[in-house]
Amino acid sequence: MAVAADLTHRLRQGAEYTLIPLGALVVSAALFSVFLLGLGKSPQQFFELMWRGGFGTAFSWQNTLQRAAPLVLTALCVAIPARIGLVIIGGEGALVLGGFAAAAIAIPMIGPVAAGSLPVALMLGVMALAAALAGALWIGFAGWLRHARGVNETISSLLLTYIAIAILYFFVEGALRDPGSLNKPSTPPIGAGAMLQPIPGTDIHWGLAAGALLAVLLHLLMTRTTFGFAMRVTGGNPRAARAQGLPVGGLLVAATMIAGASAGLAGFFEVAAVHGNANASLVAGYGFTGILVSFLARHNPIAILPVAILFGGIAAAGGLIQRRMGLPDATVLLLQGVIFVVLLASETLYGRIAWLQPKRSGAP
Amino acid sequence: MRAPTLATEGMTKEFGAFTALSDVSITVPAGSFHALLGENGAGKSTLVKCIMGFHAPTRGRVLVDGAPVTIRNPREARALGIGMVYQHFTLVPSLTGAENMVIARADCPAVIDWRKERQDLAEFLNRMPFQVPLDRPVAELAAGEKQKLEILKLLYLNQRFLILDEPTSVLTPDEADEILGLLRQMTRDGAISVLMITHKFREVTAFADAVTVLRRGRLTGSGAVGDLSTDQMARLMIGDSEVRAPAARQPRAAGPTVLELAAVFAEDEAGQTVVNSLNLKVHEGEVLGIAGVSGNGQSALVEVLAGQRPMVDGRITIHGKPFEPTRRDFARFKVYGLPEEPLKNATAPRMTVAENIAFRSFDRPPMARLNWWLRPGPMRAKARELIQRYNVKTPSTEAPIDTLSGGNVQRAVLARELSDDVAVLIVANPCFGLDFASAADIRAQILEARNRGAAVLLISEDLDEILDLSDRVAVMSEGRITFTAPIGETDRATIGHAMAGHH
Repeated sequence: MAVAADLTHRLRQGAEYTLIPLGALVVSAALFSVFLLGLGKSPQQFFELMWRGGFGTAFSWQNTLQRAAPLVLTALCVAIPARIGLVIIGGEGALVLGGFAAAAIAIPMIGPVAAGSLPVALMLGVMALAAALAGALWIGFAGWLRHARGVNETISSLLLTYIAIAILYFFVEGALRDPGSLNKPSTPPIGAGAMLQPIPGTDIHWGLAAGALLAVLLHLLMTRTTFGFAMRVTGGNPRAARAQGLPVGGLLVAATMIAGASAGLAGFFEVAAVHGNANASLVAGYGFTGILVSFLARHNPIAILPVAILFGGIAAAGGLIQRRMGLPDATVLLLQGVIFVVLLASETLYGRIAWLQPKRSGAP
Repeated sequence: MRAPTLATEGMTKEFGAFTALSDVSITVPAGSFHALLGENGAGKSTLVKCIMGFHAPTRGRVLVDGAPVTIRNPREARALGIGMVYQHFTLVPSLTGAENMVIARADCPAVIDWRKERQDLAEFLNRMPFQVPLDRPVAELAAGEKQKLEILKLLYLNQRFLILDEPTSVLTPDEADEILGLLRQMTRDGAISVLMITHKFREVTAFADAVTVLRRGRLTGSGAVGDLSTDQMARLMIGDSEVRAPAARQPRAAGPTVLELAAVFAEDEAGQTVVNSLNLKVHEGEVLGIAGVSGNGQSALVEVLAGQRPMVDGRITIHGKPFEPTRRDFARFKVYGLPEEPLKNATAPRMTVAENIAFRSFDRPPMARLNWWLRPGPMRAKARELIQRYNVKTPSTEAPIDTLSGGNVQRAVLARELSDDVAVLIVANPCFGLDFASAADIRAQILEARNRGAAVLLISEDLDEILDLSDRVAVMSEGRITFTAPIGETDRATIGHAMAGHH
């Protein structure tokens, strides 16, 4: 076997997967510059500020990484189902519901923990588990609907997001409202002493480390286990998977449950490490930005890490851009939207750029 | 209106670096029936697509009645009186024949005066040599009637040069003979000229006046049908490439029943019963060939056996024990399958050759440790061994399988499905779209599996393939088996009648 031919083959394919998304980013930046020029603003200043606000200083790096953590987890919520051929866009709902479940299950434990009669680690563990389970059931339900009832999983997961947000508001403004939260209805705070401490020497919470670890684990699951192999066969060709007797329905539900658990954990970290309770701040759009991150990373769990950091940086720079350039804070969202549209358009380029194609073999 | 003469001069079509058609010149005189013969990928379709204006030829031109014409799209071809009947029907199933014909007209008015149109159509039909009911929805017509309607539509649109792309692939032998006979009569009368793409020698010798043979985009021979023997035509089609001799069918005494289907029912997506109380038995060391016009439930039957379609009712047993199409039962009863269009039905196209070859065994030792952790080493080693044994041409075990040619994909699937001990083999149109050499190779492998004792269920739309391989022939019509006979006690005509539903 020609090992060298195999290597160039892989290199070319790798180059395609890297260069096309990078090209999409450049085109988006160009389109967005036109928009800025139309507003009479300087694109140069915009991108300089973006760099400074996202990556220029140690402080901005911390801000960026803080925001990257939930993006890694919500992007995994898109990437894993994508491998089995599902387009799940309900990560936001799983995050919100996960965060709410974590905060809700913590309520009876807050007192004992404050009194020292219950270890903090136990409460945090239970919260994480509740968050993962809530997310898994939520997105898993969309997977089950797809398998058992043929309901389009993209639509159902999106609609489930609105239900999840409604559930959060229903309880936070009602039965589970902390009487002390006046302007912003919230669940009772878990207490400063019970909150997840940052990674030593930084302000970054453990969500980033957890996301990175999970990304690596899920990458191994997909590439190195029989379960991942069966999922890839199913994603590559469901008809062939059935003909091999693979449990296609079970695999679909399993993939969506893993995905939901991941986004649910993002909600746990938002509650346990950032807010200290569940309130409307959970509905911050991380789930939707995660879709963008996963697509830009071509649903590769490892590639999600750098892409999530890039988007964390864009979000982190938003405030600085707003202050210095007098642009509304939706500007950053607009940039994200432009990137997403250009990215989707760039999907049509795969296999069409001649010098990136491996040579075909065998007689036609 | 008289039949036109059509000729191509030096037609060449390049797709990037690939030359699909190279310097092909043919002449179809007015009132002749010309056959275009060649294997899949020989350039037949490319040639007619260039004539019809679907493709712009890289070089070369088309002449109608001696005058060069430019055809930039199918509408311009239609204006010149050139019409095409496609392999699959292009009629709107929910509309009647009359509606289909009128809406196809270039000058179809915004408001249609149906009474006048129906009168005109009746007059038109009176001048035609054959009739089709025009007041029924097309969906209710039999395949042969639909094909006639397609042809009538072209004549109604005043197209006198008809290009037919394998027009008989959806017809029973009797229907095919009838329609080709009618077309030949019309060419004799000078009403039309016909260019027919085919790969069936029988149709060429029985109906065509002249034949042109293409191979790998080049014209390899042409002449009057009487001047060329089928052997010569076959050689022109496949060149000097060596064709494996048919595997010897070792005579075997009838073995015990292995696969048995009893009163099996299945439905299509719309809930219609497509497999209707089907019974069959396949014995050890036997090929049971199921013939039938496509669309009589064959593909649903294969899907039920492969677990791709739920069985509504019925019982499937292997060696008398109930069989469910799950991974466990496939392994336990040693059930394997070769589906049609393997790239679409039996592979994950973007996964590597090694991974695709491992589909049956990836979750068992030695490829998996503890049934969980994959071991790429043994997976590649097994793939390398099978690639060599089954002569799969691939640059590497790590190439995505969709970069291989059709024959090599089928050989890779064959390697996966036939390399272990096979008790039951379910085969559906295994050679569809393959060149001669690959097809012969694959048929030989199927017979070898039979000789080793496998019970083989062969479902094929190619009657010759069935007659070639089977020990017993069955005919499937409207979802059930309507005819069975040992191969020695039946013939093409009897099977053809059964296929048409005369049983």
